[in-house]
Amino acid sequence: MSVQNLYDRYHRQIILPEFGEEGQQKLLKAKVLAIGAGGLGCPALQYLVAAGVGTIGIVDDDVIALNNLHRQVLYSVNDIGLSKAERAAKILHQLNPEIKIIAYNERLTTQNALMIIDEYEIIIDGTDNFSTRYMINDACALLNKFLVYGAISQFEGQVSVFRNDNADDVNYRDIFPDPPKEGEVLNCAEAGVLGVLPGIIGTMMANETIKLITGIGEPLINQLFTYNALNNQVYQLSLSARKETGSLIPKDESAFLKIDYEWLCAAPIQQNEIDSDIFNEMMAKGHIDVVDVRELHEMPAVNEFKHIKIPLAQVAENASLIKSDTVITFCQTGKRSLQAAKILSGIFGESKKIYSLRGGIVEWKKQKQTV
Amino acid sequence: MLSRNYFMSIKIILFGKLADIAGNSVSVDNVADTDSLINSLHKKYPALTNTKYVIAVDKQIIKENTVINNNSTVALLPPFSGG
Repeated sequence: MSVQNLYDRYHRQIILPEFGEEGQQKLLKAKVLAIGAGGLGCPALQYLVAAGVGTIGIVDDDVIALNNLHRQVLYSVNDIGLSKAERAAKILHQLNPEIKIIAYNERLTTQNALMIIDEYEIIIDGTDNFSTRYMINDACALLNKFLVYGAISQFEGQVSVFRNDNADDVNYRDIFPDPPKEGEVLNCAEAGVLGVLPGIIGTMMANETIKLITGIGEPLINQLFTYNALNNQVYQLSLSARKETGSLIPKDESAFLKIDYEWLCAAPIQQNEIDSDIFNEMMAKGHIDVVDVRELHEMPAVNEFKHIKIPLAQVAENASLIKSDTVITFCQTGKRSLQAAKILSGIFGESKKIYSLRGGIVEWKKQKQTV
Repeated sequence: MLSRNYFMSIKIILFGKLADIAGNSVSVDNVADTDSLINSLHKKYPALTNTKYVIAVDKQIIKENTVINNNSTVALLPPFSGG
């Protein structure tokens, strides 16, 4: 870019005394990777591209859907069905053709994560699931990369910066050492999100990134910032490193490759889930124990088949009530039963086959009515 | 015995799903430390038992049982995954 153009385009930030031409040059030399081009990624990318970050990578394997548009503000109705990474790269190139934008239209996995992340200096986590978030955290800790973290739920958001430079630096596992189990936390699809919220949080992530690059202000290093869009309450917490965290982070590349992050976070589709049809077939064959893991008072009552009742919280201590070699757990919608199946698999190992009824008793009763 | 915490006032802030479970204004009487606070919250709101969160006392995330002083603020934060 010609010097005159550079001054014109970035004039309003270059004239900031703290920022200056030096700050602009730092931005132009910086390499930032945004993982996830969704609700958080869109606004973060838009501002980083506009500000003149020289090299920007975008990782996303998803395609644009109509129900994304209320919060993923880069895209329009004509983009539905197209790759987010590629569309975002194209739209952002029009905003600022002077910078380099690289689209990775692929899912981040342990196989490609270290290779992609290593190309960049600052990583922005705008993903929407715990398995990828823990994987990114561990990869950044392993490679000593800055990680700008943001996450949202309904009306609330969290922002933090993990420096990953020395032993006292906090990473996500210092806050939440282990991933939550299936059903403990709802995602956007289940819980909903106000469209403007990721706009606010994603923009804050861009702001933290610009502060890190230019060295101005005080980035949220070892701090967790929370924001509530309904009452405008903000709350900022101090974080400190835990001794035990070191043992949770993979030591090297080969240890990283061995971690099954999907399994750690109990990804939505499980091999041990069965649908209502298979459930009925297995019932007809017999020799199984069916376990209702709902609380004792929960409706609808089940009179159609024989079963035992063990609420989820008591599954481990009452496992000896289960005698058959094949076991099916069920609950209301199929989430707690999946947890129960995991607990039982841990107890019985290979000695019993444990299944969970997908969709729960609600779905089973619905199927029965339509037959 | 009259607890020294009898007149103590603690502010409890719940985030995300925790506020959905217990509401926005939660109060607990007579707790000297975070363990007893969590115990009485779990008794009052059993659904909290199966929920993951971290505890912060006066804006510091704590790792073990911590004494709660008069006028302390205790915050319970769940992890968010949304993006």
